Amino acid sequence: MERTIYREIKATAHIWETAVVLVAFIAAALGSVIYVEHYGHIVTGMTNQIVWGLPHVFAIFLIVAASGALNVASMASVFDKAVYKPLARLSALLAMALLIGGLAVLVLDLGRPDRIIVAMITYNFSSIFAWNIFLYTGFLAIVGVYLFVQMSRGKPHEYVRSIGTLAFVWRLALTTGTGSIFGWLVARPGYDAAILAPLFIAMSFSIGLAVFILVTSALCRLSGRPVGAMLLSRMGRLLAIFAAAVLYFTAVRHLTNLYAAEHSGFEHFTLFAGGIYTLLFWIGQVAIGGVIPILMIFHPTFGKTSLAPIAASVLVVVGGFAQVYVIVIGGQAYPTALLPGYEVSSSFYDGAVAAYTPSLPELLLGLGGVAIALFATGLGAKILRVLPTNLSDANLNQQS
Amino acid sequence: MSLANREPPPKAANLNRRDFLRSGAAVATATLAPGVTLIAFGGSQARANSDANKRWGLLIDANKCSADCSACVTACSNENGWKDTGHPETDAQWIRKVTLKNTETGREVTAPVMCQHCETPPCVDVCPTGASFKRSDGIVLVDKHSCIGCRYCMMACPFKARSFVHEPLNNQKAHAPRGKGTVESCTLCVHRVDEGRIPACVEACNSTGHGAIVFGDLRDPDSDISKRLAEYASVSLRPDLTLNPGVRYTNL
Repeated sequence: MERTIYREIKATAHIWETAVVLVAFIAAALGSVIYVEHYGHIVTGMTNQIVWGLPHVFAIFLIVAASGALNVASMASVFDKAVYKPLARLSALLAMALLIGGLAVLVLDLGRPDRIIVAMITYNFSSIFAWNIFLYTGFLAIVGVYLFVQMSRGKPHEYVRSIGTLAFVWRLALTTGTGSIFGWLVARPGYDAAILAPLFIAMSFSIGLAVFILVTSALCRLSGRPVGAMLLSRMGRLLAIFAAAVLYFTAVRHLTNLYAAEHSGFEHFTLFAGGIYTLLFWIGQVAIGGVIPILMIFHPTFGKTSLAPIAASVLVVVGGFAQVYVIVIGGQAYPTALLPGYEVSSSFYDGAVAAYTPSLPELLLGLGGVAIALFATGLGAKILRVLPTNLSDANLNQQS
Repeated sequence: MSLANREPPPKAANLNRRDFLRSGAAVATATLAPGVTLIAFGGSQARANSDANKRWGLLIDANKCSADCSACVTACSNENGWKDTGHPETDAQWIRKVTLKNTETGREVTAPVMCQHCETPPCVDVCPTGASFKRSDGIVLVDKHSCIGCRYCMMACPFKARSFVHEPLNNQKAHAPRGKGTVESCTLCVHRVDEGRIPACVEACNSTGHGAIVFGDLRDPDSDISKRLAEYASVSLRPDLTLNPGVRYTNL
């Protein structure tokens, strides 16, 4: 019988081609940053109304996916699911890579990215942003140690379990912090909701696992290593449950808002009259990101194919992106009321739904963040022994 | 402008170590570059000039504010150097005329809206670096040296009072430094207030004869603004948030 053997991936022509494409995207993102920093944010689609744009959608998506990508490792170390153990190293690596990609986008979109050192040495502890800086750097440190302990020979399992548990608790705190960036904004009707924190945690479970399934499949395909259909199908079923959890929290959020008259305007906007945001909500988030992948996974025939979990993962990623877009951009597009009971208008777009058209520099920066995350994952798999040589069902069953 | 020409900060004895280091750095830099004004509302100067026994505020009477007058906006723009560049979605507006229409009665009034200088400002709470800060006299400012341009304060402000500088700047006013890639808003003309003068918007409104804006010390029960507030009903914007803004409105 074959044990789980971890080996660095070999530098094949396909791997090189992929690396070149990713580096090209990273270079384009850096070019975009220089362009925006030179001319100012006037060359982006962002305005004084939509102050956070497409780069923030990419950044939040990647950061949410990062904490979720760690789930596979947590299931192995914390919840003792032996079948996921061979994937735990890659899970930790991908989690760190996604977070780095997301943070890169966030930092490079600052008005003054050259002052990032200020954010590192001056803290205002009443700001959830400041807390997040610790949550993010702490996550990288803890998951780094977690990966090291997993890869060290002869370390007792208790070590892995302890640091794995810490990493699991930390990732819950991290996603709570990310959701609270919006949940604690009391002024805007589109935010100001405690449920955004658990909603973000559910989103991270769902989006993170979908990204993990896709990256694992792609890495194994590129390096010619088998992935078992049973393993994929098992992760697919879990993905369906997570996608259902996202739908549940989304439903509770909107039903709660609908019950309060003061929120009826925002709900009417999101659910019925918001144009692109309404479309992205129902078609993007609910249908593509939730209902369709769940139906795919539990379909009596298609659900049993190894294509089902892959296709469902693609849809969850697309729907998850739409969801983050609706939350980040839609929440800003809907105007705040200066004085309840009054209609307001001004030359500063008071009372008006804000328009937003993402620009190419924003798109390039966001895609650059994705490229950084994927390149870092590939580089990690190239120089570290994180990816098993054989993930076939027969091999995994022999061990579990 | 040299620091030597300025009066010593009245609260110098109470400076903590950080303030001391900051003012030391400011003096050193001003010595090296005497032509450069460093009062970017950050170091100890702007803070030290503040008097904790006062709380500056505005009272705006919507009945006296004329719909076709924007003298306060023009005065602020001239005083602080922000202007219309033909990009309305990205241009800064430190103060704007807002039309408010009561949805139940249809009554319509106009009034200027600027930074409301809250007692518990959400922009200060959310700022990760502490660049958004409130002086002890209640004036809310942005330290242009430590603002990293994250715009979280703009997400948090209920009044849309803040603008992000989207374009390169030139010909800035020495007393109102701005910076591309940083956030800014009404300073309540802190440079004037520290000299014992009134904000430019108030002065302009008075000169038109409307007299719709009263500036004064909310802590002084004998000030004109305090007497009016005690006598007439007034509201703050977004009263549901109970931020206790320093700017209040009557006859809305």
